[in-house]
Amino acid sequence: MLVDVKVPVLAESIPDATLLDWKKGPGEAVARDEIILELETDKVVLEVPAPQAGVLSEVLKNTGDIALSEEVLARIDTEAAATATAKGGDGGAQAVPAAQAADEAAGSDTLSPAVQRLVAEHDLDASAITGTGKGGRLIKDDVLAYLDAHKPSPAAPAAKMPATAAKPATPPAPSGARGERRESMSRLRMRIAERLVEAQHTAAILTTFNEVDMQPVMALRKRYKEQFEKTHGVRLGFMSFFAKAAVQALERFPAVNAYIEGNEIVYHDYQDIGVAVGSPRGLVVPVLRNVAQMSFADIEAAIAEFGAKAGDGTLTVEEMSGGTFTISNGGVFGSMLSTPILNPPQSAILGMHKTQERPVVVDGEIVVRPMMYLALSYDHRIVDGREAVLFLVTIKEAIEDPARLLLGV
Amino acid sequence: MKNCDVIVIGGGPGGYVAAIRCGQLGLITALVDEWLGADGKPALGGTCLNVGCIPSKALLDSSHHYHNLEHLLPAHGISIKGASMDIATMQSRKNKVVQTMNRGVAALLKKNKVEAYTGHGRLQAGNRVAIAIHGGGEEVVAAKNVIIASGSVPTDIPAATVDGRSIVDSAGALAFDEVPKRLGIIGAGVIGLELGSVWNRLGSEVVILEALTDFLAAADQQIAREALKVLTRQGLDIRLGARVTGAKATNKGVSVKYEGKEGAKALEVDRLVVAVGRRANTTDLVDAGLDLAMDNAGRVQVDDRCRTSIDGVYAIGDVVKGPMLAHKASEEGMAVAELIAGHAAHIDHRIVPWVIYTHPEIAWVGDTEQQLKDRGVAYRSGSFPYRALGRAHGSGETDGVVKILADAKNDEILGVHIFGAQASELITEAVTAMVFRASSEDLARTIHAHPSLSEAMHEAALAVDGRAIHI
Repeated sequence: MLVDVKVPVLAESIPDATLLDWKKGPGEAVARDEIILELETDKVVLEVPAPQAGVLSEVLKNTGDIALSEEVLARIDTEAAATATAKGGDGGAQAVPAAQAADEAAGSDTLSPAVQRLVAEHDLDASAITGTGKGGRLIKDDVLAYLDAHKPSPAAPAAKMPATAAKPATPPAPSGARGERRESMSRLRMRIAERLVEAQHTAAILTTFNEVDMQPVMALRKRYKEQFEKTHGVRLGFMSFFAKAAVQALERFPAVNAYIEGNEIVYHDYQDIGVAVGSPRGLVVPVLRNVAQMSFADIEAAIAEFGAKAGDGTLTVEEMSGGTFTISNGGVFGSMLSTPILNPPQSAILGMHKTQERPVVVDGEIVVRPMMYLALSYDHRIVDGREAVLFLVTIKEAIEDPARLLLGV
Repeated sequence: MKNCDVIVIGGGPGGYVAAIRCGQLGLITALVDEWLGADGKPALGGTCLNVGCIPSKALLDSSHHYHNLEHLLPAHGISIKGASMDIATMQSRKNKVVQTMNRGVAALLKKNKVEAYTGHGRLQAGNRVAIAIHGGGEEVVAAKNVIIASGSVPTDIPAATVDGRSIVDSAGALAFDEVPKRLGIIGAGVIGLELGSVWNRLGSEVVILEALTDFLAAADQQIAREALKVLTRQGLDIRLGARVTGAKATNKGVSVKYEGKEGAKALEVDRLVVAVGRRANTTDLVDAGLDLAMDNAGRVQVDDRCRTSIDGVYAIGDVVKGPMLAHKASEEGMAVAELIAGHAAHIDHRIVPWVIYTHPEIAWVGDTEQQLKDRGVAYRSGSFPYRALGRAHGSGETDGVVKILADAKNDEILGVHIFGAQASELITEAVTAMVFRASSEDLARTIHAHPSLSEAMHEAALAVDGRAIHI
């Protein structure tokens, strides 16, 4: 019996999917629920399992093709035995595994024979080696230089500078060739690019700044960190404070928590706060729901889970939709001050930055405090300057005096 | 006045290729070429098609077949009695080949909507070109861009003035209507050796006088030495260090005087060919008063994107610096067309193959051993002789060698040199490998069909690492 392998039902906001990677080729045996294909959409990578065990008999679409929701991609013959094309089945999966591991950094599909031999002999990860050949390909020299730079003993003065060879952006010294590398933009990256430009064109984005003395929160955290972790089984970070402070400010200034839709302003009486997280595929923003009802522990646990899922690309579309406000933390990368861009259709975004010890004046005296700059970018069409400034001041005050969060003042 | 996007001056391999590419890119293009065939009709294709690459290869092949009748076929058990050669037929075949190619280029220009003018083009101010149309009349065409591709002409030497009858240039040497009994050639370069080969095979006694003491100084000297041995064995009398001091046409032929190692010498020949080189063709190229910068060798001055000192005016091919090779001109033509159309094209002169169509052929790409030594580059070398190749024995042509030079540190292929049958075809594998910055090990680990001459490349690559199998 022939069984269809179809594209899963796609969410309304996702028009189509691109075939990313066939894991099995025609003629190969597949087990039920075995992942046989990955599809890439604007937001996530979807895995497509085999609905039944059998032999993949027809492949109707290839890597790179676009498919619609529920479109038939392939068929499985549940009664056939796998043909002896198990070897030739590699034809369906294109590149040889060793080469496949290599390609992205090198910018080419296969490694040259000499490079293959060296990579295999020294058990290297080809994607960690910079390619200086035509089109960014790896040439023998690139691998030799890499081996040279990663030699265990410091030995004689190296002709090739190890530091330079280790940094992916800098090409090795001798050759003098200045190559160029081209990479197709992934769908996710293209979609992010689109939305960012759209945000800039639609909203009147301004940014207001303030600074916050992190010492009270740091002291509070230090004092209760262990107990918190013992009680709730999750680490106490800073995000929960900021999320709660944001909730307080959003309740006080509802325009910041609203959307513009056509000619109407849509106010929300709940706060769903997106937390921007970096993933290997780009920046993604999973959303904490009903933060007003969440405890500090709930918030920290949810954020930890989001981080893990973003890392393996398992965040679902639903997890990343909606959101009435976003918090982005550039401080983890060392950013001191920045102007975050809005996450449409939201009207504001809070940017957190690096906490740095600075001399400040308290009660007429110069003291050293761990200071963080805060930025609030907002849509001036719906949030006016005064509101934006006071909103940010509310957050600052709540962080500098967490008791305010307890008492709602 | 006609207005176009690009006008190309010269319809040789640089010019017509540039024009076709411009047409492909949707540019309104015109081309002006002054060459007329023997029938007085336009003969597009420049020196290459009319009196260079194409006719010389036609005669080389014709003469090679004749040579084989006597020198190769008997070993195969084939003997032909009463074999003869008719020069008139040979020449008429060559002319037909040239004509076919001329028509081919004309058809390609038409297909790509290039308007072709026949006449002499002269660059004027404002990127206009004044065309003196053959048969009378002048037309001025305006263009946003001009590509000068006027090519080159044979160099004269005062000691031997070409008269077109007994003392000829390379074009004349291709058109002899009878086989000269004794043929003198001044210059043992590519053209001298090829022409010498043609007439030697057809029965001439050939003496080649070369002023330099080194044979094929630009080629790898190991290859040059092998080639000299074989060509001499074929009957070419190549005299090095022989500088011609005078040549006079008499009613018996030509009296040549030259200075050799042992002092002044004299030589009597029936015809003398002057093949000492070529120079850029800039005669009447620009209006007086128009300042087109030239370089110190009389060529049009260009930057690395073929731009001249005048905005919107480019120059390519033999009229600018670089190897005087048709494929170099074509590559420049394509790149300039793409630059004009707004694409990011770049002109890569580094990896250009050279070929000499003697038999065996000589071909090379990249650095010679001398050049590497001069630059202090540490290298390893791997050679493989044709006589160790099964395929060469099968055909009976075992003269030749393939040599690969690779960087001693990173094994990147720096130069490949071939002397042997089909070198002109085999060299392309080396060019491709070098474009991709392959190492000798990459070639050593690439399967080459058996039995084939290309296996010599494979074995030479193995030999770089001291591990050739078949020698």
